[in-house]
Amino acid sequence: MQGAVTYTLEDDSAGACKLVLEGQLLVSSIGPVEAELDEIDPRFSEIDISAVDEIDTVGAWVVSRLAKHNDCPITGASDTAKHLLDAVADTVSDGDLTPEHVPVWERVPLLLGGRVYQARSGFFGVVSFLGAIILGFANLARHPSRVPIRAVVRQMEMVGISALPIIGLMSFLIGIVIAQQGAVQLSQFGAETLTVNLVGRITLRELGVLMTAIMVAGRSGSAFAAQIGTMKLTEEVDAMRTIGISPIERLVIPRIIACTFMMIILGFYSSIVGIIGGAVIGQFALGIPFFNFLERIQEVVPLHDVWVGLVKAPVFGLIVALAGCYHGMQVKGNSEEVGLRTTMAVVSAIFAVIVLDAFFAVFFTEVGWG
Amino acid sequence: MAYEEPEAPHGRFSKEPPIVVKGLVNRFGDFIVHDGLDLTVNRGEILGVVGGSGTGKSVMMRSIIGLQKPTAGDIDVLGRRITGVDLDKRIGVRRRWGVLFQGGALFSTLTVGENVEVPLKEFYPEISPELRREIARFKVLLSGLPEEAALKYPSELSGGMKKRAGLARALALDPELLFLDEPTAGLDPIGAAAFDQQTKDLKETLGLTVFLITHDLDTLYEICDRVAVLADKKVIAVGTIPELLETGHPWIEEYFNGPRGRSAQAAQSREQSD
Repeated sequence: MQGAVTYTLEDDSAGACKLVLEGQLLVSSIGPVEAELDEIDPRFSEIDISAVDEIDTVGAWVVSRLAKHNDCPITGASDTAKHLLDAVADTVSDGDLTPEHVPVWERVPLLLGGRVYQARSGFFGVVSFLGAIILGFANLARHPSRVPIRAVVRQMEMVGISALPIIGLMSFLIGIVIAQQGAVQLSQFGAETLTVNLVGRITLRELGVLMTAIMVAGRSGSAFAAQIGTMKLTEEVDAMRTIGISPIERLVIPRIIACTFMMIILGFYSSIVGIIGGAVIGQFALGIPFFNFLERIQEVVPLHDVWVGLVKAPVFGLIVALAGCYHGMQVKGNSEEVGLRTTMAVVSAIFAVIVLDAFFAVFFTEVGWG
Repeated sequence: MAYEEPEAPHGRFSKEPPIVVKGLVNRFGDFIVHDGLDLTVNRGEILGVVGGSGTGKSVMMRSIIGLQKPTAGDIDVLGRRITGVDLDKRIGVRRRWGVLFQGGALFSTLTVGENVEVPLKEFYPEISPELRREIARFKVLLSGLPEEAALKYPSELSGGMKKRAGLARALALDPELLFLDEPTAGLDPIGAAAFDQQTKDLKETLGLTVFLITHDLDTLYEICDRVAVLADKKVIAVGTIPELLETGHPWIEEYFNGPRGRSAQAAQSREQSD
């Protein structure tokens, strides 16, 4: 009998129908019979619960709802049941709690309009964020003693030094792939030696910086957004404001300085490791001795290729840091928002970096640094 | 194996003590929080648990609800041995208790109503969605929140409302046993008094046993049937407040006879003479 509720319909002498419930009217047992109870057809004029051994609020709720639908009294309630029925009756309300249904022809324009407004406020948000950063830099320039040097150094370590192994490994492998694949194609023209030009120019001009920017966006841009976003949720950012510390100066600017500066170093480092990777493949697969490869690099790569990389790197670093910090500062509400903003920070940073890279490619060719 | 039976072996509301803790030891590295702690909670009572900060009140609660594996000792909850069993095998007990965490611990991506529905959906999937929604709604009302609160997200609620929403979720399964971790901390006095009253009403209507950690002397005087005092890594005394004062333990003396204790005492005696 454990955990079961059964019901029977009894006709009494007057021809009225009586619903008799038996067993345990509990949240654990109500599931199977609840739908059946709702569908009983001959409407009954009385609900008898005298045979119910145990009842909880859910059971009481179902009984009182049935009684209300059929407009009939409940009889045979024990003291506990009466208590519960009263407690449940207090909470009955007719308010409709389902959210209002909006027809599709209104919903679509509403959504669209919402997006437009969102885009507008997003634009204002970015502009005011940039303005706040410029003001922050101006403030720090006027009061150099306020520059948070420790924070900058710490961020440099996190963004730069700890990224060295992974970026080194990635660049080394990319150097290997370019040299090996390039040699396969160039050998069709008997021009394997041009592999050196290919590796040297492509890593210094393009891939070293671009891949590093993508890696830094994934490693540090996301960390910026998540760190600052969590600090917003735990009201740390508000606490800083009340103490009179500007979160822009203390949180955002160190990250921007660190990321911009370390990108230069990481980008250059990545190019160099890429070239070394190419030289290793040259030694073992192409028959070009390692040091000859490096010497040839100096002859065939114009110096402006190095400058192209070095100009692009800080710009990319700035964009990654701005995207991470901006999205971090936009977090409000709940923890889901942190994840969402972190993703947005990485995606928008990588997107902006690639768009700008295309722009730089055209620009530097036009100015004669082809 | 026995732990997997969904039904209570002793039936709902049997007379035996719902919580029995024997020789509980909790140790973190070299730091001993509990050393041979014993505690029995009787059915149908509100047991207040007090103790200075860091005496392990929350650790004790976490041990009882199985979130913290004790170093040694036995804990029986609702007639079942909790210690030495995998967390996943205690379903039979978990659907018979409700827990209100300090900050409410509501799932932030769900509305209050959906929060209340979570345990229902988890343990009783056979209940139809309509009934589940109705249950969630009346639990929200039962916990003293306005009906509209069911549609709100936790981030839109004030601290006091979050606690009530947490209470609604703790009550979702009609538990026999309710754990409250500092329910009135951070509430204004009116809100705290209302919450106390609510707890007492719920205990009386639903026949709950309540395990209540608190620092609120008013709560202790107003609604607790007995009070357990944690000190020196043990429960040093359990009883009504007058009984506790008779023990003459210095910490208990200071706790209840300090300036705050006296004013709470005065408030209660005023109330009784009215």
